Amino acid sequence: MITLQFCYVMAGLAFGGFAVLSAFDRSNRRRFGTTAFWGLFAASFLFGSSLRDWQNGLLVLALIVLGGCGLLGHGKPETSTAQERRLSAERHGNWLFTPALLVPAIALLGTLFLKQAHIGALPLLDAKNVTVISLVLGIVVALAVAILWLRPLALRPLQEGRRLADMVGWTIVLPQMLASLGAIFALSGVGSAVGEIATRYLPLDQPFEAVVVYCLGMAAFTTVMGNAFAAFPVMTAAIGLPLIVDRFHGNAAIMAAIGMLSGFCGTLTTPMAANFNIVPAALLELPDRNGVIRVQLPTAGFMLIANTLLMYALVYRF
Amino acid sequence: MLTLLGIAVVVAGFAIRLNPLLVIGAAVLVTGWAAGFSPVEILSAFGKAFNENRYVSLLWLVLPLIGLLERYGLQERARMLVARIRVVTVGRLLLFYFVVRQITASLGLTSLGGHPQMVRPLIAPMAEAAAEKEFGAISDDTRFRIRANAAAVDNVALFFGEDIFLAISSILLIKGFLQQSGVIVQPFELSVWAIPTAVLALLIHGTRVLLFDRRLKREAARKSKTA
Repeated sequence: MITLQFCYVMAGLAFGGFAVLSAFDRSNRRRFGTTAFWGLFAASFLFGSSLRDWQNGLLVLALIVLGGCGLLGHGKPETSTAQERRLSAERHGNWLFTPALLVPAIALLGTLFLKQAHIGALPLLDAKNVTVISLVLGIVVALAVAILWLRPLALRPLQEGRRLADMVGWTIVLPQMLASLGAIFALSGVGSAVGEIATRYLPLDQPFEAVVVYCLGMAAFTTVMGNAFAAFPVMTAAIGLPLIVDRFHGNAAIMAAIGMLSGFCGTLTTPMAANFNIVPAALLELPDRNGVIRVQLPTAGFMLIANTLLMYALVYRF
Repeated sequence: MLTLLGIAVVVAGFAIRLNPLLVIGAAVLVTGWAAGFSPVEILSAFGKAFNENRYVSLLWLVLPLIGLLERYGLQERARMLVARIRVVTVGRLLLFYFVVRQITASLGLTSLGGHPQMVRPLIAPMAEAAAEKEFGAISDDTRFRIRANAAAVDNVALFFGEDIFLAISSILLIKGFLQQSGVIVQPFELSVWAIPTAVLALLIHGTRVLLFDRRLKREAARKSKTA
């Protein structure tokens, strides 16, 4: 059976490869810091499941120190020149898109059809994680196709992967770090404390006020937490259900659907939502870390107003 | 109330632009301390959470594939494709991608987009090529703004499209949470009420993307006048 563990091993091998190749890259002034960082990240993928919690904790701490104190450098693996790339693009034509598009295609097919697939009595995939596993399968298959077709030298795919990984740098671990911070917040009861403040100090006597506080609260809390999923249970338990639904007899489905979407307006504005806002800035080599957020701010504002008015117009009517 | 200190650390840390990893480390320490955990307990809880969230980072496995295809001219091919189609402008291209991304997301095909696998190798180079086709050479500042817009389109279209799909994680979370609280809603009701917002998102962000086109045109005109 293909499980998440298989995916973690693949990722561990890739990052382990980046670590080893970094160690030999003399063009990288901080090559040992880089090696240590990718090596530890690989170790987390490969051995995280069998390490104790405190050992994983030490590993994370080391990642924070290495990434946070600027001990990572940029390797410069040799790659093709602009001229070579143009010639290659002419020669290979639009077929070059095929491997890139194979990834979502296989991810989709896997999600739709492999859930029930069996080999003998054993299921082919771990059904709980079928989407993630299908995506990883898509990547592995597409990479195999690209290698068979283009026949690069053996280490080239890893070197090219390392080129991009070094470019993104420690930002690579940021989404996972923030998700873990969210878990610590939840464990410490941060959510209920915020809900308490919202209900104690904000005006909530009118149906309209309840909607406004709920929508703005979803957005604001999401901005702080970086994740609407963390804000939803708190705000809905504090304001949505007791006031909008119970006291003012609003429609629970409308409240919840538009409430979540109000939270997404907050996601557009916050560096805490790193995988949507900070990672692309690094991937696209923007000089301003908040460049993507800056573009999204007006849309987030308009959408929040739109959602609030929409909820008020609909929630007490159906 | 003391547990909220962690949030204050995060806000302050991001505001003064400290390294986010250090900010997270400090916020974890402060939050755990305020909630009365010992240092070892905090370390263990954070390590456990990091380990359980490894699936978040699996997408990076795509880097060797994208890097390899870039080596063979993927971005250049994307540029060539755009250069051939006469009606393409930055705004129209981004609007087209917005619609495709939103519709596919609403059908649950959220992995058909994304920054590492779609925006960096294909959409951003295409948008830059569209600008270069129309205005000739573009400044770095313009190039960066075009890239940021490409990334934003991916996000906005995804966020305000995916909730129309019945089985997306946010819909399941809503259903599960309401059920716990004794309110039964069907996923279908939730996704129907995501449609008005989706339409408004298309109108609002679509307009902004087309306005971005006009702004680029104005800037190019001004530049050619002064030059």
